[in-house]
Amino acid sequence: MTTRIVIVGNGMAGARLAGELHAREGDRKVTVLGAEPHRAYNRIMLSTLLAGRIGEPDVELTEAAGHGIDRRTGVPVTTVDRSAREVGTADGERIGYDHLVLATGARAVVPPLPGLDPADLPPRVVPFRTLDDCRRIIAAADGARSALVLGGGLLGLEAARGLATRGLTTTVVHHTGHLMERQLDPAAGAVLAGTLAALGVTSQLAVPATGVVADDTGVRLDLADGRSLRADLLVLSCGVRPDTALARAAGLTVRRGVVVDDRLRTDDRSISAIGDCAEHDGTLTGLVAPAWAQARVLADVLTGTDPLARYRPRPVVTRLKAAGIDLAAMGEAVGGEPGEELTFTDPARGTYARLRIRDERLVGAILLGDNPAVGTVIQLFDRGHPVPADRRALLLGRALGTTAAAPAASPALMPDAATVCQCNTVSKGALVRSWRSGARTVDAVVAATRAGTGCGGCRDAVTGIVDWLSEAESVEVTR
Amino acid sequence: MTDGARSATRPGRVPREVATHCPYCALQCGMILRADDDRVTVLPRQFPTNRGGLCQKGWTAAELLDHPDRLTTPLLRDAATGELRPASWDAALDRIVAGIRAVQDSAGPDAVAVFGGGGLTNEKAYALGKFARIGLRTRHIDYNGRFCMSSAAAAGMRAFGIDRGLPFPLSDLGRADTLLLVGANPAETMPPLVRWLTEQRQAGGRLIVVDPRVTATARQADLHLQPLPGTDLAVANALLHIALTEGWVDQAYVAGRTTGFEAVRRSVAAWWPARAEQLSGVPVADLEATARALGTGGRVIILTARGAEQHAKGVDTVTAYVNLALALGLPGRDGSGYGCLTGQGNGQGGREHGQKADQLPGYRRIDDPAAREHVAGVWGVPADELPGPGVPAYQLLDSLGTLHGPRALLVFGSNPVVSAPRAARIERRLRDLDLLVVADLLLSETAALADVVLPTAQWAEEDGTMTNLEGRVLRRRALRPPPPGVRTDLAIISDLAARLATDDSAAADAAARFPADPSTVFAELRRASAGGAADYAGISWDRIDTADGVHWPCPSEDGPDTPRLFADRFATPDGRARFHPVDHRPAAEEVCATYPLHFTTGRVLAQYQSGTQTRRVAALRRAAPEAFVELHPDLAARLGIDDGDPVLVTSRRGELRAPARLSAGIRPDTVFAPFHWAGAARANSVTNDAVDPISGMPEFKVCAVRVEKA
Repeated sequence: MTTRIVIVGNGMAGARLAGELHAREGDRKVTVLGAEPHRAYNRIMLSTLLAGRIGEPDVELTEAAGHGIDRRTGVPVTTVDRSAREVGTADGERIGYDHLVLATGARAVVPPLPGLDPADLPPRVVPFRTLDDCRRIIAAADGARSALVLGGGLLGLEAARGLATRGLTTTVVHHTGHLMERQLDPAAGAVLAGTLAALGVTSQLAVPATGVVADDTGVRLDLADGRSLRADLLVLSCGVRPDTALARAAGLTVRRGVVVDDRLRTDDRSISAIGDCAEHDGTLTGLVAPAWAQARVLADVLTGTDPLARYRPRPVVTRLKAAGIDLAAMGEAVGGEPGEELTFTDPARGTYARLRIRDERLVGAILLGDNPAVGTVIQLFDRGHPVPADRRALLLGRALGTTAAAPAASPALMPDAATVCQCNTVSKGALVRSWRSGARTVDAVVAATRAGTGCGGCRDAVTGIVDWLSEAESVEVTR
Repeated sequence: MTDGARSATRPGRVPREVATHCPYCALQCGMILRADDDRVTVLPRQFPTNRGGLCQKGWTAAELLDHPDRLTTPLLRDAATGELRPASWDAALDRIVAGIRAVQDSAGPDAVAVFGGGGLTNEKAYALGKFARIGLRTRHIDYNGRFCMSSAAAAGMRAFGIDRGLPFPLSDLGRADTLLLVGANPAETMPPLVRWLTEQRQAGGRLIVVDPRVTATARQADLHLQPLPGTDLAVANALLHIALTEGWVDQAYVAGRTTGFEAVRRSVAAWWPARAEQLSGVPVADLEATARALGTGGRVIILTARGAEQHAKGVDTVTAYVNLALALGLPGRDGSGYGCLTGQGNGQGGREHGQKADQLPGYRRIDDPAAREHVAGVWGVPADELPGPGVPAYQLLDSLGTLHGPRALLVFGSNPVVSAPRAARIERRLRDLDLLVVADLLLSETAALADVVLPTAQWAEEDGTMTNLEGRVLRRRALRPPPPGVRTDLAIISDLAARLATDDSAAADAAARFPADPSTVFAELRRASAGGAADYAGISWDRIDTADGVHWPCPSEDGPDTPRLFADRFATPDGRARFHPVDHRPAAEEVCATYPLHFTTGRVLAQYQSGTQTRRVAALRRAAPEAFVELHPDLAARLGIDDGDPVLVTSRRGELRAPARLSAGIRPDTVFAPFHWAGAARANSVTNDAVDPISGMPEFKVCAVRVEKA
């Protein structure tokens, strides 16, 4: 009998799972039910969309399609009947399943402030989470000149950068003393604030907001220190909360998220959960990479491709990359057991690097600004590989120690055995011997030794040696 | 100095000279061969590709003409002693014919297989394919080009409808504002090509190199991306992702000249740069700088070579770079485009005229009824007598001597014992054959296993044509006849065909059908290729002589040739280039606790391919005397290995022993070895035989190994 798999959610996790299932052999019917009316899209690109650099079609993702895949968008699921193994949709349809996957994601948190009713936000106050949110922000930003962003975490800063790119004077309001405090130490936060300021984003730090007053024309954000900030719109980026309503209603174990085991199973063997709504080993993921890893494992398990597949979380790397900002943060920013600490700060250029090493392994890193070794650092951390003997290579860039040996300043200092022409394996000694045998011009030396006849790259070096030999001879003659 | 006769250089003596091309790589540098008494010397020659340059391999190419190791008589394996003994041509050919008859009588025509090479002239490649199909009537023919060009060929075919390494002349490289080399190291593999790179940078152009090692080429680059082996595809998709988000995609070109972009756009949306960075180790900033240089440069060229292609996802990896080139509107734009750097001397022509398992001359498909009709007509046989497609090289080699595999193999111009992946296994397969015949100029490692070895002429002893990396058909010219006892490959094919005939009149027919004269073969090749993708109908030897080579397609003697393809249309039915969405997938073998390092292979400047020839040239042996294992000093320190220490590299398939060479220019998670050496130093004992599902290309460029001090 054909297995019926129903996936609730067509976001980054649900759409990915459909693709993973489709790519594996076997006969099954996969139904994907997306609450949003859109095709699957890449949430990571929404800040680029917000910045006005791309259009909506550019954020679309590949959707598995064809035999065995039934995808319905704009169809919220409202009930799960575990005994009948059916889900019910908002318009009353009931869909049977053999296995149900909850990929319901997370919802933006609306902070409990006077003036903010989560069910009825003012038109110029918008959270930043979905494509529809993005549309609303873009609509509100149209003709606007200033924006406030409440929340200086990763998403808030991406939104702020996007709004600044649109030409809005943008201010980030953050309750703690430095930006992205979950990933950064205060020094890095300060450098980041400086980088953002240069890009037109001001930061107001260590000031909780106390209330919002908004109408059709603008927003006022009241702060705990008594000040009020005004702008044409307010973007809320105060974190997300797993969307567990369905799971709770169905009686599944839910702590912060829907609790799953290494096989991504809930306490009902016929129901799994992946992505932002799932809680594995006490941890919520909140990022794409773990959600996709979960999709892969679950597809292996459900299809029998690898029944022993287990989800093993990998260390998380936070990456903020927007025009003018290059930030990577991973592992322990502060605290933890003692170990090696390497830091490099160049505030004038907005560069900050901090590496934390224990037992020859990276346990944490913050790289902000121009850090050429960022790719290497991320891979070393991700894979747990040993760090280089010369740590400077990680702080100052991969070029260290790998550049070509500089040509000797003077041919006189070059050892005879040094190869001048790689293509024809011609040493300095061979060039000198050809000279002594009577070759007196560059062309004659080249003809005698074949130096410079391959790629031609050593022609200058050969000329230099011939000049040096000529000079040495003329000195002798003069003397 | 251009093609044609040259005047004597000294009064009273007239040294014989010919204008020909180097025997080695696909650059096919122009050179003069001069015979002076008994000595043959090489002189560089101005030709549009090498412009007077030669590397050490070219300069020393003549050394093998009278080398003491040269084979000058057939060898037959003595049944009693098991040793190879000199024998007459009659005895050798009789033994071959008897062996072929024996296996075909008991197991059918497909019991004999033919294995060719990318160094054979067009005439030989053509004759070999014809001989297999209508002389031996076997479907089993393939060649070592499968290990070289097949991934780029398949990617080119599906995107452009045609596969010509460079669809533009090499000189375009010198004019490029941005040049991206992916997995290419021409500074070592074709040094005179670097003259174009120097010219490019002197004119203000940017050179960007993608390579896991800081190669001689990478050192010259303005920007070097150093990805983990096996992640080039993700790098390409991220570059296209950036181009999309930055608005650098040429929308008018995509709309007017291509199909299928939407699916690619959606697939690369999932390759935001930070994701590719974590996978490949290439910093986002470098990806962005590369994308900017490609997306905002004027004349932009993207080239791939073996580093991108020799993977179990080689076709998809090349396709990712083709997608990038198409999205940026490069192919067909003057001075811009995508191309692949062909490796072997006739890697291009060798894949056009029927040496490939699925192919007939003119780059026709053997399963295309119209193609079969046409070629069968030229060959004078009914189309239904042509066998169907065979299997790709590795699959063919791996089936030899097995229950349903071929039991006899004829090898021309190839040394799979050294060059095939998982070589120890292939060596066993070769030993299991009832009959192994190897035609070569030297006793290669494969020839050493043979039942019959046939001594063949060298490049300076034969006429014919080669097609270089630009699709430019060139003339190879004989300076002298082969030494006594040595025959050309064409003569061997002709002899075998005649002896396989059952009676005298059939033998005469067969000899006529398989002429030993290369100009006669070329005339037939022109007819056979006429109307095909690689159309040589309008190319004559005379025309090549007067024009510094002729670029195919060239359908008419009176009409133009085609230095540049795609100006107006692509060779697809609707004239549009085709996008194909491709996604990264892991290497066939990932590192693990037991095999924790990535292993990759490649070439060094002073050796060539399996080394049969270059390992015997004194100057080259001095320059590159032995194999080595390149590893990072940090890795070496952890393993307790010093520079020069003997090192053992072990994979699930075999091991390699060679001295350590420490280099900070390689990633600490990766080790490298050149593949030119045999025996204990054979890199291909270690490599993975996983193959690309489309091209059959083995995964030479990445597998998992353990390294220890030997």
